[in-house]
Amino acid sequence: MSVSSSDSPSAAFADPARCAALRREIEKTASGGPPITLMEVCGTHTTALFRFGLREMLPPEVRVISGPGCPVCVTPTAYIDLALRLLDEPRLALVTFGDMMRVPGSRSSLERRRARGGRVEVVYSALDALALAAAEPQTRFVFLAVGFETTAPGSALLLRAIAERRIANLYLLVAHKLVPPALEALLGRPDLRVDGLILPGHVSVILGTEVYRPIAERHGVPGVVCGFEPVDLLSGILELVRMRRDGTAAIVNRYGRAVTPQGNRLARASLSEWFLEEDAEWRGLGPIPGSGLRLRPEFSSYDGLGLLPPSEIRKVEEAVRDHEGCRCGDVLCGTVAPPECPLFGEVCTPENPIGACMVSTEGTCAAYFKYARGWSGGVR
Amino acid sequence: MILLAHGAGGRMTGRLVREIFLRHFSNEALARLEDAACLSAGAARIAFTTDSFVVTPIVFPGGDLGKLSICGTVNDLAVMGARPIALSAGFVIEEGLPMATLDRIAASMQAVCAEIGVPVVTGDTKVVERGSCDQVFINTAGVGLLEEPLPQGAAAVRPGDRVIVSGGIADHGIAVMAARNDLRFETTIESDCAPVLSATRALLESGAAVRWMRDPTRGGIATTLCELTSGAPFAIEIAEERIPLRPAVLALAEILGLDTLYVPSEGRFLAVVDAADVDRALAALRADPAGRESVEIGEVIADPPGRLLLRTRIGGHRILDMLTGDQLPRIC
Repeated sequence: MSVSSSDSPSAAFADPARCAALRREIEKTASGGPPITLMEVCGTHTTALFRFGLREMLPPEVRVISGPGCPVCVTPTAYIDLALRLLDEPRLALVTFGDMMRVPGSRSSLERRRARGGRVEVVYSALDALALAAAEPQTRFVFLAVGFETTAPGSALLLRAIAERRIANLYLLVAHKLVPPALEALLGRPDLRVDGLILPGHVSVILGTEVYRPIAERHGVPGVVCGFEPVDLLSGILELVRMRRDGTAAIVNRYGRAVTPQGNRLARASLSEWFLEEDAEWRGLGPIPGSGLRLRPEFSSYDGLGLLPPSEIRKVEEAVRDHEGCRCGDVLCGTVAPPECPLFGEVCTPENPIGACMVSTEGTCAAYFKYARGWSGGVR
Repeated sequence: MILLAHGAGGRMTGRLVREIFLRHFSNEALARLEDAACLSAGAARIAFTTDSFVVTPIVFPGGDLGKLSICGTVNDLAVMGARPIALSAGFVIEEGLPMATLDRIAASMQAVCAEIGVPVVTGDTKVVERGSCDQVFINTAGVGLLEEPLPQGAAAVRPGDRVIVSGGIADHGIAVMAARNDLRFETTIESDCAPVLSATRALLESGAAVRWMRDPTRGGIATTLCELTSGAPFAIEIAEERIPLRPAVLALAEILGLDTLYVPSEGRFLAVVDAADVDRALAALRADPAGRESVEIGEVIADPPGRLLLRTRIGGHRILDMLTGDQLPRIC
């Protein structure tokens, strides 16, 4: 019986010799040049960089900062407040991905509310909500539809099932976010200097690579779509350092085993079938034009918000309170490192998160807290 | 307000224990916060421990609630170096539980007891209304004799010492997760749930200088080793590529987004031994069925004090901290 971790199917993408060679190549290419700041915009990349200890392997010229890559983190306070308000309604249960449990609302969280008796069901797939709704026709279930282009097609599938099977007790509270408009908004900020983008792997499976080209050209910033293994990330970083040296701003795909130029057309079509793009609020970043999805008006009967009278929704929104002193906005832009925030590690911890970036295990602050707190070796 | 995370065995459990239980029950034996309390009874030294089991589902591949409830308590005694002599079993049963289920649970408890030669000598039964507990919860307690050879204790750990794990990690947590109906996985992963007593005895009797032993249950090997390094004048570095992990366990953990270093085992233990004795220790462990897969996974180092470090497969490093939050509720 074999129990060695090197038998993992992903072992080839973590091969120490390949990694060492890539590391030397990055060092050689960056050496003597100007400092380079790269930004990853995917929570799984944030975590992977820490998990593999990649940051300490990069030469001093290359710095990697973390952008707004965690969809749970950027879900605004008002959304959580509305979800909690829904739990005041009789015979109503929320259905959510586990990451949402500790996201702070103004005064509570789903985790705390569940402990006090609110019914919150944690699922791994949007479609799990179907079985819950079928088993209890007398209960209204509201699925918290959050996430980027990766989870939004799941919500579209759920909507299709609700419509086709005429399910009367299942709704969605939609706060899906779109990555390209956020990239556009970030690169447009005068206070942020980024020399290259480590583009998300999973999101790009849906979006493809072509969607990033106009953004790269407009801002003169190259991008590489990366997978999540050490070899993926190191070869992506090498590519970005090379492009920076050569003065090119192309989009390169280093995750060809999963990502195609055009992406998943079917999934994208399902999004436009059910949703409209709208301006959306990002926790920490504020409003970004065209960066969110809402249900098309003809499907408003599936909208969880419809279970509350408009006056109640207004009341909740007016009572939203964000914590003062939180520097999440700056962390999400990469202009401040987590330990520079006055709340980090003291007031704001993974058990009691205040800011967006501490909330999910894939948040930038949570990753710093977990992997590098009080130890300079893992962070630069 | 109590949250599920308070029961996860990580940082929040630690705070709960300190701020409520230690505050009220303050005494010397408890304050050491070991897996079992060490007490004097006349001329004898004894170890005394208790544990409650609420796993769902109550039957899972590789074991069930009954087997788990005996192994958990026996292993807590075993890693203290104690020879268990007697166990208790308390049952909280939900009305409506099929008699056959209870029969099966009692039978598998006795099977482990017979294997290790330790009887259940006292017990208790409570039945509660439907909905007041989930099927059946079991509490077991155990008493063991502390006789040389014993582990030297955490205070004896010093840089240069080696860290050993007795087999592949995380099987139990992942097997139970996979068995949960809502996930609908089909796997061959079995819980490692088993008594480690024969292996801890073999290690101690090998003559190797054993500093410390602990079973990595809630919170996994990361949290368990963090408990050793926390506040200590040394650090520990473990090497990712040496940590034994079944490919299927790793694959399912990746799908579920779980870090295997934080996933519980129920039939493994960690040991810190003198570097000069590591070969002797491994030979003794591997000769025992419960220690067959034992390997050295790391080393006690001087810096940075108080920290647990992982050297990643590609040569980078990261800090391993205690588990935060409840990544796996009701796994044991």
